[in-house]
Amino acid sequence: MGLSNRTDRASDTARLLPAVASMALALAVIGASLGAIAVSSGVPLWLVTVMAALVFAGGSELLVVGLTTAGAAPVTALLGGWLLNARHLPYGLALGDVMGEGIGRKLFGSHLLVDEAVAFALAESEPARQRRAYWVAGVTLYCVWAPSVLLGGLLGRGLGDPQLFGLDAALPAGLLTLVLPSLRDRSVLRAVLLGCLLAVLTVPLFDQGLAVLIALLGTVAALPLPNDRRSRAGEGGTA
Amino acid sequence: MTLGLVLALAAGTYAMRLAGPLLRDRFRVSERGGRLLSTAALTLLGAFVAVSACYESGSFAGWPRLAGVLVGGVLAWRGAPFVVVVIAAAGVTAVLRALL
Repeated sequence: MGLSNRTDRASDTARLLPAVASMALALAVIGASLGAIAVSSGVPLWLVTVMAALVFAGGSELLVVGLTTAGAAPVTALLGGWLLNARHLPYGLALGDVMGEGIGRKLFGSHLLVDEAVAFALAESEPARQRRAYWVAGVTLYCVWAPSVLLGGLLGRGLGDPQLFGLDAALPAGLLTLVLPSLRDRSVLRAVLLGCLLAVLTVPLFDQGLAVLIALLGTVAALPLPNDRRSRAGEGGTA
Repeated sequence: MTLGLVLALAAGTYAMRLAGPLLRDRFRVSERGGRLLSTAALTLLGAFVAVSACYESGSFAGWPRLAGVLVGGVLAWRGAPFVVVVIAAAGVTAVLRALL
């Protein structure tokens, strides 16, 4: 079964490292800017660091800091953060077996379930490699996230702009790179295109988190088509 | 922002993360079902990429970011290494922002 001996496993991990490291670097800069933003808007440094370690979902952390310091009610911020993180449930359904056997691996592995780790796992085809990619990416990114938030908070205002150096484009581009190989499968391509279209069109109507969940409807485009290939393929192809 | 809010956000997020793997243990998922779940996850990832390329807190994020992500996507499609894709995306965005 795939990677049986130690050398194979070591070389497989080494293969992942450049990509995981560059993803981690981009994430570290985002984390540092979150720390800087939080501290400069009056959130205690320990609190934002604890949040980074316990929540480990950057988008929702930025949202909660932004909303509460702008004067929104805590319950609004909480609901917004939960909604934005609801996508982790379907991620977990897809990757439940990738984390490995045993309740310990599931309890710990679930906390590492972030977009980037999911993308690294799904970019592999063989189960053993998926598992390695998930754990290498998840553990690395987790170890980077909270310390970079802390460091950003310590260094302060200079880092407060997440758009510095264009790094706001780096994470989406990195995720896109990991998703692309899977799109060679026509049914996946149809689903992803329809999902992207639905999400991008519905953001102005709903919340950003809800729009991403609505994209799940795009999965129907992956179901086997009867004879009328035309309609759905055309729908997805316009994105 | 309070510790209570942070703990509630963390607990809810962890519950949603753990629900998937635990539910997955209860059912035997067929190979086709498993593939469909992977497709659903890829669709979410794709949508997440599209939304974060286009929007910043609910409004258009501006052309520089979108162009950077698209350039990165094209490079990735042509088989460029991951590191090159990420640096090019950031570089294009930064340069366009400086120029526009």
